[in-house]
Amino acid sequence: MAVQKLPIAKAINESLRRALDTDPKVLVMGEDVGKLGGVFRVTDGLQKDFGEDRVIDTPLAESGIVGTAIGLALRGYRPVVEIQFDGFVFPAYDQIVTQLAKMHARALGKIKVPVVIRIPYGGGIGAVEHHSESPESLFAHVAGLKVVSPSNSSDAYWMLQQAIQSDDPVIYFEPKRRYWDKGEVDPDAIPGPLHKAATVREGTDATLVAYGPMVKTCLEAAAAAAEEGKSLEVVDLRTVSPLDFDTVQASVEKTGRLIVVHEAPTFFGSGAEIAARITERCFYHLEAPVLRVGGFHAPYPPARVEEDYLPGLDRVLDAVDRSLAY
Amino acid sequence: MTVESTAARTPRRASSGGKRASASAKKTASPGKGAAKGKGAAQGGEPELVQLLTPEGERVENSEYDRYVADLTPEDLRALYRDMVLTRRFDAEAVTLQRQGELGLWPSLLGQEAAQVGSGRATHADDYVFPTYREHGVAWCKGVDPTLLLGMFRGVNNGGWDPNTNGFHLYTIVIGAQTLHATGYAMGMAKDGADSAVVAYFGDGATSQGDVAESFTFSAVYNAPVVFFCQNNQWAISEPTEKQSRVPLYQRAQGYGFPGVRVDGNDVLACLAVTKWALERARGGEGPALIEAFTYRMGAHTTSDDPTRYRRDEEREAWEAKDPILRLRAYLAAQGHADEGFFAELEAESETLGKRVRDVVRAMPDPEPMSIFENIYADGHALVDEERAQFAAYQASFADAPANAAAGGEVK
Repeated sequence: MAVQKLPIAKAINESLRRALDTDPKVLVMGEDVGKLGGVFRVTDGLQKDFGEDRVIDTPLAESGIVGTAIGLALRGYRPVVEIQFDGFVFPAYDQIVTQLAKMHARALGKIKVPVVIRIPYGGGIGAVEHHSESPESLFAHVAGLKVVSPSNSSDAYWMLQQAIQSDDPVIYFEPKRRYWDKGEVDPDAIPGPLHKAATVREGTDATLVAYGPMVKTCLEAAAAAAEEGKSLEVVDLRTVSPLDFDTVQASVEKTGRLIVVHEAPTFFGSGAEIAARITERCFYHLEAPVLRVGGFHAPYPPARVEEDYLPGLDRVLDAVDRSLAY
Repeated sequence: MTVESTAARTPRRASSGGKRASASAKKTASPGKGAAKGKGAAQGGEPELVQLLTPEGERVENSEYDRYVADLTPEDLRALYRDMVLTRRFDAEAVTLQRQGELGLWPSLLGQEAAQVGSGRATHADDYVFPTYREHGVAWCKGVDPTLLLGMFRGVNNGGWDPNTNGFHLYTIVIGAQTLHATGYAMGMAKDGADSAVVAYFGDGATSQGDVAESFTFSAVYNAPVVFFCQNNQWAISEPTEKQSRVPLYQRAQGYGFPGVRVDGNDVLACLAVTKWALERARGGEGPALIEAFTYRMGAHTTSDDPTRYRRDEEREAWEAKDPILRLRAYLAAQGHADEGFFAELEAESETLGKRVRDVVRAMPDPEPMSIFENIYADGHALVDEERAQFAAYQASFADAPANAAAGGEVK
């Protein structure tokens, strides 16, 4: 594969293909991932090329998918499982939290459980309930798990490669509403570390921090703000656990202002953690309290009002104004 | 004694050929065909039990399962007896250590020795076991040093042994979760083309867990070489099996398309035979089987439990008459397979084991506080590193204090 412009979904597909091709221990498992190619077609064509033994249509049981993936990992395989939608992960939550996250520690490091769990997440696609949620904090809160979320095609491709190569369990959140956004993927590139944030736009007046689907929103907000003469820096976190506070800190030391943006509810969300840590680290650099823009403490709303719930360009800019007003 | 038709039919075909070529195994691999055909004679009727040794220690013939114990020598029988006696002794020692405050908790296996030793001894070295937290007898059979089992109950670790050393996974406390790991592991074995199988242990209470149901589904669909060994010890803490199921547990297998058998869980020969049968068919590509070992938890659920609040003494007494160790002893004695010298020697060995367990537990050091930060991730994690450093600095801040104080002459 040469350098190509690929939608995020296709970049993930190519990344899975490469992993299946290079490591015979890699398996792809999930509901409808085989013949159908996944409900978003992310795994399209993989079963045809790698067979039913490696690209496995599973029974419709999320706990069973993750639980058997743990067993396969103990046997030496590297399962990449797909949870069909964010809101469907909870039957597997017990296996992920009580088993997957802790097994390495319980064996005092003598066994490894390299399972990757891919979860299309977030809203903005007009879906019915349980299809639009952002549960990343529920996983970041659990020691033993790593949580990442790419925002663009290149990261989608490379971060998945790195997640699969990791000996730790990784929850890989895919920004489903950006699946069709295209970006360049260079399969011969040398990727940076998985758990490092990227400053994707330089600025001086305030820092926007986001990951996954909200990076694009923040970049658009920064572009709009620039027209009003405000210079916003945008940091794409890429990884929620571990979280690269150093990059955020460096940015805040420069701008003095921080706004964290995510779709998940702000209450106990990753933004709360970032606000607390950055306040500790940058207390004397901050010109304003750290602000958060995110979902409300409400069930994810019906699709017709989801745009009011989701952080959009205007809500981000409103927070920027509030920050700058201090 | 007879078994249910669903259980009996498949093995007759499976075992008649002895070693099965993998090609022919593949051919008959369609999961549960035999089981689906079987009517399940006992469904709705009285469940029947596979038994080879009566509570009085009399050997009864069984046309289906005798062949699995036919080659047992008197030495083998004595070895099974020894396994059960030493397991019970180890268990009793652990209960005592808990009473003395050396362990925080202990789940006793008292009464379940035959189920565990019989099934454990049916495994090969390359078979893999996924236990609950009560399989001390299976651990013994798999060669796990019993003192390793005590660490988590003393509170010095949360598991601590290397599962791959003996093919014995860590104890799992979340009920039923390990049955899925067992199934996945077995799926991996099948992918590897390995001539081995997995045994998943769980209890009667666990059969209500979704994970157990899902493991039945996955193992059946993928024809995974896993044997589900359910020890129905009649009690899930305070809840009797009637609170878990309206049908005998082994009959659940039929609905998933694989055979289920109820075996006398206090009969070590029957447990050995039935597990051998199930493992052979699993290794031969015929998929999973469910064994319900009908037994009794003679002790409390754990040392924190008080069974007098929910069950009567008479029930326990009735089961004590079916004690797994006494019946094999009666058989050995009646057959002239063991003399008083053997029993005396074993008693001495028990004493030695008990002493070793006591000594090892009492000498078990508490882990270093900094070990809290170890092995959380295989590839490291920045937050863990940061918190480790902060905690180390915090601790070091105390280390300075006595030294300074001593310099000031305030400490004697």
